[in-house]
Amino acid sequence: MDTPDNAGMAEGATRKFMFVNRKAPYGTVYALESLEVVLISAAFEQDVSVAFVDDGVYQLKKGQQTKGIETKNFSPTYRALPDYDVEKLYVERESLDARGLDVADLIVDVTVLSAAEMGALMEAQDVVISF
Amino acid sequence: MKLGILVNEGPYQHEASDSAYLFCKAALAKGHEIHRVFFYHDGVNNSTRLTEPPQDDRNIVERWSRLAAEHGVDLVVCVAAALRRGIKDENLAPGFRISGLGQLVETGIRSDRLVVFGD
Repeated sequence: MDTPDNAGMAEGATRKFMFVNRKAPYGTVYALESLEVVLISAAFEQDVSVAFVDDGVYQLKKGQQTKGIETKNFSPTYRALPDYDVEKLYVERESLDARGLDVADLIVDVTVLSAAEMGALMEAQDVVISF
Repeated sequence: MKLGILVNEGPYQHEASDSAYLFCKAALAKGHEIHRVFFYHDGVNNSTRLTEPPQDDRNIVERWSRLAAEHGVDLVVCVAAALRRGIKDENLAPGFRISGLGQLVETGIRSDRLVVFGD
């Protein structure tokens, strides 16, 4: 393969990528490894959105303390996403409500969408990668 | 159609890898092109040649290797996820290569559809 690692985008093509986070931040490695792809995708100058649904909304919860499970608290990285030009963060309202959470509980500014609106936004993407 | 495939689960524990493989076979049989299969999360465990399933079970790793040999499918294993789980060039099965996450984003750009197999 002649394609370099973190470059080599198709000729001037910009596609709409959405990363969908569905899992709690700890317990499994999905959330951390999802964040790693989001950061890499930013280097490709794509139109990147990140969605948080189901237990994925817990990834953005304020006040995460991971010392007791000897795991890195990676939640501050979400706050750095705008530095990578990743500014479209969407959270599903139903997922927040079901867990007794509110936008004030989250560490970053997000756009809250209904499940139906989230579905429509997914429909408008070129690539949806769910973790 | 040009297809990209993402495999997020390890072999045997989860059916995602089987489904991805069978999907690839079916797509190729229908004349579609597989641009790349990218292995991420525990999916990287599909690539170790140290895997030895019982005789009466399918050999998932070998099956992927055969797909690469017979159809030239590009099997790419995420380097960061692989190193976390003890997958290195020295225990990589034939047909796989280790590279960066950029290869996943690139297949998203270059494929008509990216199909995700995971939990």
